[in-house]
Amino acid sequence: MRVIRYIIQKEFKQIFRNRMMLPIIFVMPVIQLIVLSYTATFEIKEVRLGVVDMDQSYSSRELVSKFQGSPFFKLVNFSFSIAELEKEMQKGDLQQIVVIPQNFEAAINKGENPKIQIITDAVNGSAASLMTYYTSSIVMDYNRQILMEKQPLLTATTGIRTPYQFWYNPELDYKNYMVPGILVLLVTMIGAFLSGMNIVREKEIGTIEQLNVTPIRKYEFIIGKLLPFWIIAMFDLAFGLIIAKLIFGIYILGSVWLVFAVAAIYLLAVLGLGLFVSTITETQQQAMFLAWFFMVIFIMLSGLFTPTESMPIWAQWLNTINPITYFMRFMRQVILKGSSIMEVMDEIISITVYATSMLSLAVWRYRKVN
Amino acid sequence: MKDFIIKEFKQIFRDYRSMIILFGIPIAQVMLFGFALTLDLNDAHFAVLDQAKDEHSRKIIEKMDASSYFILDRNLNSREEIQKVFEGGVVREVLVFKPGFSENLDKTASTELQIITDASDPNTANMMLNYTQAIISNYEQSLLLAHGKQVLIIPETQFKYNENLKSVFMFVPGVITIILMLVSAMMTSISIAREKEMGTMEVLLVSPIKPIEIVIGKVMPYLLLSFVNFLLILGLAFTVFKMPMDGNMLLLMAEALLYILMALSLGILISTVSNSQQTAMLLSMFALLLPTILLSGFIFPIENMPSILIYLSHIMPSKWFIIIIKDVMLKGAGLKEVWFPTSIILFQTVLFISLSIKKFKIRLQ
Amino acid sequence: MEIAISVKNMVKKFGDFVANDHLNFEVYQGEIFGFLGANGAGKTTAIKILCGISSPSSGELMVAGYNIYKNRDKVKKSIGYMSQKFSLYDDLSIAENIEFYGGIYGLSRQIIKQKTAEYIHELALESYEKMRVIDLPLGIKQKLAFSVAVIHQPKIVFLDEPTSGVDPITRRQFWEMIYREAANGTTVFVTTHYMDEAEYCNRVSIMVDGRIEALGTPSELKNQYSASSMEEVFIHLARKATRID
Repeated sequence: MRVIRYIIQKEFKQIFRNRMMLPIIFVMPVIQLIVLSYTATFEIKEVRLGVVDMDQSYSSRELVSKFQGSPFFKLVNFSFSIAELEKEMQKGDLQQIVVIPQNFEAAINKGENPKIQIITDAVNGSAASLMTYYTSSIVMDYNRQILMEKQPLLTATTGIRTPYQFWYNPELDYKNYMVPGILVLLVTMIGAFLSGMNIVREKEIGTIEQLNVTPIRKYEFIIGKLLPFWIIAMFDLAFGLIIAKLIFGIYILGSVWLVFAVAAIYLLAVLGLGLFVSTITETQQQAMFLAWFFMVIFIMLSGLFTPTESMPIWAQWLNTINPITYFMRFMRQVILKGSSIMEVMDEIISITVYATSMLSLAVWRYRKVN
Repeated sequence: MKDFIIKEFKQIFRDYRSMIILFGIPIAQVMLFGFALTLDLNDAHFAVLDQAKDEHSRKIIEKMDASSYFILDRNLNSREEIQKVFEGGVVREVLVFKPGFSENLDKTASTELQIITDASDPNTANMMLNYTQAIISNYEQSLLLAHGKQVLIIPETQFKYNENLKSVFMFVPGVITIILMLVSAMMTSISIAREKEMGTMEVLLVSPIKPIEIVIGKVMPYLLLSFVNFLLILGLAFTVFKMPMDGNMLLLMAEALLYILMALSLGILISTVSNSQQTAMLLSMFALLLPTILLSGFIFPIENMPSILIYLSHIMPSKWFIIIIKDVMLKGAGLKEVWFPTSIILFQTVLFISLSIKKFKIRLQ
Repeated sequence: MEIAISVKNMVKKFGDFVANDHLNFEVYQGEIFGFLGANGAGKTTAIKILCGISSPSSGELMVAGYNIYKNRDKVKKSIGYMSQKFSLYDDLSIAENIEFYGGIYGLSRQIIKQKTAEYIHELALESYEKMRVIDLPLGIKQKLAFSVAVIHQPKIVFLDEPTSGVDPITRRQFWEMIYREAANGTTVFVTTHYMDEAEYCNRVSIMVDGRIEALGTPSELKNQYSASSMEEVFIHLARKATRID
């Protein structure tokens, strides 16, 4: 035990002595948490809309006023030329164009089905489908209004009201969703990168040889090396949770102890990954690349930005070996929904299995003798 | 000079692990973004609390299950179960049909269908609600049509620049931007920091090679690597994802070269302020990578961010480069249309280079 | 005389390359044994095997009275090592380095304190005490590294080119430290390519292309090759080398 204490003491001294490390470990995560949480939203409001109203009738103006009244749209241009507006769309000034054809009102009066044209800038495909959805629902709303005026009896036969409830996040605040995810990201990066690079650094400088001739035991070395980063990552997690509460008003609905207990196990998996990377690399540059390679894939697949269920089967298969996915799901469940230990048992088991196997693999791979 | 560049190349290429990653990351990322990460809804699990169990409720459930957006997970028996299934995490939406759903609809012409979504993921919750409502409206309309001829305004939708709403059109420019930044800025900064850390930088500095030659020698291999990566991703975009190329290929390549130069000079600047590989890496990671992903409009639309972040995004070269790629590739823009973002990147390149030179001189004194 | 190191038919191969080709030698307790050879002759490979951080392909090894395969831990407690690469932590101070290595070898806090004071006094480091190792002159770093390598009073200390790159005065001081250590009964196993240093050793071996070509006291070797200095002996033998670093 004494030996471990000396290693840990040395590690902490080295970490805190590097003037640039402190802000990186303690300030950067905070900035990241705040900035990321504010940037990460898919919400769409104030779509920049252009209107071409060729009909200039009461009905067409009514429809246009519906768009004006909607919080989702911001009318920025009226024109009689589609080409002109399309040019503006190309410049990026317009996101959507609604074209009302000449005999729009006449068609309604004759009982025909009038057509309107909706042109959407679809470079961002998902935003485009959302914008189109908003447009269609406004048109549909207006449609219902016409029907009510014309055939009050008939319309009344079709009324499925759909009252809805958003549970756990009634305001649909995207930050609620992102904050736990980003916390996961933070502890993962701190754990995997710092630990992996730290050991490779000793290899690169040559001090590892000096350590290897000492009677230091493998487990002492590994514990001494990993524990400081385990502590730092746990500290960062606590710090992040406090910030989440103070700045974003997000607090843990479930058990705080459960969060920290599972985080403690999860970190073992991450540190094991870092250690493993360090055993198969010779330089910090290589270690960093390799850690990056895994991290980028794992993070993207983990469901940080996009739901894992929507991914293709092969990606979901890949996700079964992705530790971040489990922890991400666990954190969101417990923090946002207050899930109890039983509901997240699957995740806990997976994380534990992962931690055990990753750590054993890394310890087995780590050799003092070559 | 030539020998020096050759040495740099050898050092990079000898290390096969780095090579695999250098070319593996872009391919893996493009594939991931292209295939795995859709912001669209796909097979979202929903549950049903059907207290009516009649014609219309069954038909609506069938329609939901048949759509590609939803998949029926299970039937619930009581309201208490709703919370339980949500806490389990798989089911994200519950439809509640009250008793007499069809009867009310057919006789009193008014009925209620409650939609409860797990909004801990607000984006998905919102999409689910939208799609569910759309399915129900559709069902309503089909009922309407069955009643006889009705006036229906038919919206004809046209998606410009990306007819099939592929998210990959959005992601490819983003991935190009990230990879070029990663390879160019991050690699250069770390490789120079490495020479500093190992003490070999001083050997180079006292040699008859001029500082500018050292820098060029350091930067050349990464310039080439980045450009090859650029072509690789572009190739994938054309062949695998069928991305169009409406603008001038040469213009796009020239813009890419400019952006790479900017990233390289940024990498040099980072290396002059960091004292070890570790700090260079962490600095690059936090100062380059995250802003490149977040403040460039790559994944999240900039317009909806708080205004301070919008201002911040204006100084992100990545934002301007993404605009350039999209405009040239998807909208067929020429230099006339993209001169503004181009000149911003050009200005930044000059700025970073002069700052590095200034820093470098101070160090030598 | 007590045998500190015994090497029988030691072979180390890296693929087809034979770094150590059937080495046979013994080192006695308390002697200064010079392990000479040109660059690339296989010295560092051998020293790493003797320290237990690399495994030989075959052969029998006894270090400090223990079989190195079976009692690696016991061997490690009885040896010290100063590697060719710099082995102290640049970003820690002198005292912190001493404390760390002392702690790892299981010395008590009190002994570590005592040793620190002793080293700082002996090496006249008072003015450097608070400085980080990175800012120290190379000579002082090397002397400090040596002190740290023997902090746990090992039976054998391995020194891999300890004096490369330092000035003649520091080299002289360094050898005085080695003599002091040997006088306390420590076996010193040292590699060098300074031939004048070879003269300071009790016995030397000379390696060429992975094989030991000569072994004996400096005067024996000079007689054997009828040379006036160790340098001549070395050049005579090394001329046969085919391997170039």
